[in-house]
Amino acid sequence: MFDIRVHLRSSAAILVFLTGCSRQVRQYVNEPYPTKLSTWHLFTGKPAELHPNERVIPYDLNTPLFSDYATKYRFVWMPPGTSASYSPTESFEFPAGTIFSKTFAYQESGKQRLIETRLLVHGEYGWAVLPYVWNEGQSEAVLEVAADPTVVHWNQQTIDYVIPNVNQCKECHEKAKAVIPIGPKARNLNKDFDYADGRANQLAYWTRIGYLQGAPPPEQAPRAAVWDDPKSATLETRARTYLDVNCGHCHNPDGSANTSGLYLTAGQTDLMRLGFCKVPVSAGQGSGDLLFDIVNGKPDESILFRRMDSVVPKVMMPELGRTVVHHEGVELIREWIRSMQGQCNAKSGSL
Amino acid sequence: MNLTRFALLTLALSLCFSCMKKEAGIPAGPEFQKKAQEALIMAKPGAIIELPEGRHELTTTLSLAVDNVTIRGKGMNKTILSFKNQKTGAAGMMVTSNGFTLEDVAIEDPKGDALKINGANGVTIRRVRTEWTGGPKESNGSYGIYPVQCKNVLIEDSVAIGASDAGIYVGQSKNIIVRRSRAEYNVAGIEIENSQDADVYQNTATNNTGGLLVFNLPDLPVKDGRNARVFDNKVFANNTENFAPKGNLVAKVPAGTGMIIMATNHIDVYKNTIKDNQTANVSIVSYLTTGNPINDPTYYPFTDEIFVHDNTISGGGDKPAGRIGNDLVPALGKPLPSILYDGVVDPQKHTAKICVQNNGDATFANYDAANGFKHIVRTISSNNCSLPPLQTVTAGLGGT
Repeated sequence: MFDIRVHLRSSAAILVFLTGCSRQVRQYVNEPYPTKLSTWHLFTGKPAELHPNERVIPYDLNTPLFSDYATKYRFVWMPPGTSASYSPTESFEFPAGTIFSKTFAYQESGKQRLIETRLLVHGEYGWAVLPYVWNEGQSEAVLEVAADPTVVHWNQQTIDYVIPNVNQCKECHEKAKAVIPIGPKARNLNKDFDYADGRANQLAYWTRIGYLQGAPPPEQAPRAAVWDDPKSATLETRARTYLDVNCGHCHNPDGSANTSGLYLTAGQTDLMRLGFCKVPVSAGQGSGDLLFDIVNGKPDESILFRRMDSVVPKVMMPELGRTVVHHEGVELIREWIRSMQGQCNAKSGSL
Repeated sequence: MNLTRFALLTLALSLCFSCMKKEAGIPAGPEFQKKAQEALIMAKPGAIIELPEGRHELTTTLSLAVDNVTIRGKGMNKTILSFKNQKTGAAGMMVTSNGFTLEDVAIEDPKGDALKINGANGVTIRRVRTEWTGGPKESNGSYGIYPVQCKNVLIEDSVAIGASDAGIYVGQSKNIIVRRSRAEYNVAGIEIENSQDADVYQNTATNNTGGLLVFNLPDLPVKDGRNARVFDNKVFANNTENFAPKGNLVAKVPAGTGMIIMATNHIDVYKNTIKDNQTANVSIVSYLTTGNPINDPTYYPFTDEIFVHDNTISGGGDKPAGRIGNDLVPALGKPLPSILYDGVVDPQKHTAKICVQNNGDATFANYDAANGFKHIVRTISSNNCSLPPLQTVTAGLGGT
């Protein structure tokens, strides 16, 4: 009796296998996780075409995280009979077994090349991060906890693309030491998507198929600005949204960059916390001989701007997930800082 | 009976083996980075990961997020993690897990911080060297040994050289021991910042810009640093020109600074040998001295309850640099007194307990910075007081 129970508990996959058809998405909620992406059955048909399996839903975000200009394909799957609980401000509460899949791809000499697929799995002991790296033949992706960087030739640029290791995934995904999803917040999901069965608002669609409970009608839910669409919001709102998405997951009171005291989340209202006239604490080289994180009206005197505009490892921000400058994003921040009135009482020199 | 004894013996043996949990070592060679990182990710709590002798070249940060892991090399001059060719990642080694122990390893030439430990409870750094090998340069990384927002931190028998900010920097932490370590050719040698309950003893800080600093900074989530005992240290000839990038607080430290006690309280400084620091052997100042604006309403910029006693202080003050030099030499002459106090007190309280006693022939001045040096006091009579001893820090011994 004891033996059987241990056996069943240690292999949730078997339970799923017994109860469902093997062509459906397979659920793993504990180590060891599959070493091949295909084992999850998230996609059907030709692997590199990422045709979603039944109940695997593609989604998109109003303002995405910048990842070295990679194209990203996002999908979510939840176990049958379960759903996420809505939150107006935070990432939703997702049921055990939820799988997020994000694939990073580039166009290389006219052909798409998939680089990596990151799974975020709501397992028995919290969220697990699982980076799968695509092989050259694009027939399979293999779990690599610490993959080597890979060279990408894209748009006449050479990118030393860094596939984050498991710890690096956690650095961004951790809040108060627990791994959580970052992207799927109401404000960022609240937009239309072209589904196979027609165009629909994502919050409404998730609600309709039973993936989301407690959401208000989309027009009553918060909606993030589209960072590069001036029609979507003011310059300030778009800049703050960009910082929220690209920086706020670490720069918040529970994030890994809280040691800096610089908080860049959308809800932050204290201008000092946002960096205005704030002296850096442990920026080191990052300060670049400048005195404040942000100087009103003066992007070139603002440490925050300079670090976003850099690719030097000890200077650049974010530290992870990019190796090239996001010129369009940096331009947005430049315009925003330039538009801010006021001044800092700068005093340099020694004690 | 025999059977029971046999069973007990077997149990004892198996317990012993399981408690050791020695993992296979990481092989040296071109795969070192990947193998080491994989081992750190796949490690189970309790694991001991052995690093082989040799100079191991790494191109990106090595990180650990599993609790209760020990990483052990063959000696701080034998097992060298060299980040000279680091391409990505800011830190050399980055740790975010509790119960972390690092022993007998050197971390050389990372782009950013050498060893950053963020938010861990239980940190032991033993016989570890962090060094930028090209001497003091602005392009060196910021911090050598850098636990931040940690609890129960023990740093011992370690060496930190060449950091462009601080060699050994304990920030926003609680329950700290830094002992028998050496900090040399950093901008700040040893820095205890926004931290509570620290014992700093039997260390050597020399050839830094500033030797040993204890202070609080504004705008941080963890404030209210206090309670440090600084004793039996050797702090001498910290006269290296400041090479920190501007904007950072330590960029303001004038070359020739022995100790700075700033914007903190309940600091007991005793039985140290402090000498030949050319600006000031000991400075006790408020944050106002930095000239930085204070936008943080919960920050307390004043210094109070400081006891400097039974130290051996000699030489120094003979080549003062920075604003202290420019402003104080006309008022106080050369050499500057060994113990300098800016005399700035909380206007709400009108007074502060800054006690100076039994420091041999060491000279003293309260230079009344708040009133443009109007009422400089060079005798210690009004500061000749004592404060009760602080408690010994007992925590920090290898994880909790």
